[in-house]
Amino acid sequence: MVDLVYFQILSAVLFCIGVYGVLARRSAVLIIISIELMLNAVNINLVASASKLANSSPGTFLHFDGQIIAIFVITVAAAEIGLALAIILRMYRNRSTVNVDEVNLMKW
Amino acid sequence: MSWLLFVLFGGLTLVGGFGLVVTRNVVHAALFLLLSLAAVAGIYLILLAEFLALVQVLIYGGAIIIVILFAIMLTRNSEYPYISDNRQWPLAAVTALALAVIFCSALWQSAPNATNSNSPAFAELGNSLFTRWAIPFEIASLVLLVALIGALIIARSDSSRGK
Repeated sequence: MVDLVYFQILSAVLFCIGVYGVLARRSAVLIIISIELMLNAVNINLVASASKLANSSPGTFLHFDGQIIAIFVITVAAAEIGLALAIILRMYRNRSTVNVDEVNLMKW
Repeated sequence: MSWLLFVLFGGLTLVGGFGLVVTRNVVHAALFLLLSLAAVAGIYLILLAEFLALVQVLIYGGAIIIVILFAIMLTRNSEYPYISDNRQWPLAAVTALALAVIFCSALWQSAPNATNSNSPAFAELGNSLFTRWAIPFEIASLVLLVALIGALIIARSDSSRGK
C-alpha cells in the first residue's frame, strides 16, 4: 500500500502549483480555477490523513471523518465559485475586462 | 498494484495542474482543470473513499467545469482566447517553489507511522453525516442557499432593476 507521506507530498505539490497560478495569472477566472486546485489539494490531504492516521490515535477521530470534512469543503467550494463568477460577470459588464490588475478603482 | 495506480493518477493530477498554470489558452486551462479533478477522483478511489470519488466527478467534473466554461465564454475580450501572465510571474514561481521545498522536506522528516484502515460503508458515512455532523450539515446548506441568492442578485442585469 502507498504510504501516507506520498499522498501528503502530492497534495503539497498540487497546492504550490495553485499558489503559483493565483500569483501569476491576470485573468480573474484563472485565479478562481487555481483556487479550486488548492482546495482539491487540501481535500486529498484531509482524506489521506484521516484514513491512515485513525488507527494510530484511537478515539480522537474516525477514519472517514476526513471524507465528511472534504464533502463540506466541496460544498463551500461550489458556493464560492458561484458567487465569484457572479462577481466576475458584474465586473466584466462594468469595466469590460476581467484582468485583476486593470480593476484598480479602489487601489490607493 | 496500488503503487501503479497512485503513480498514474498522481501524475495525471500534477500534469493537469501544471498545464493549467502554464497554458496560454484559457479554454485549455479549464480542460486541464477537468483532467486534474478527474485524476483526484482516482486518488480518492485508491484511498477507498468511493462516495467522495462519486461526488468529485458529479460536482467538479459536471457542474463546476460547466460553470467555469460559461464564465470564460461570457467574459471574452479582444485577446480571447489567449491570456497573459502579469509581470510578477518570476517572483510567483520562486515563491511557489520555495513553498513546495519547505512543505515536502517538512512532511518527509515528520512522516508519521500510519496504518491502513478499511473503507466505510455508505450507510456508516451517512449515519455519521446526519448525527455527529448534523449541525455543520445544516449550516452548509444555509451557506449554499445564501450564496445562490447572492449570486443571483449580483449577476442580475441592470434593466430588470430599473423599474
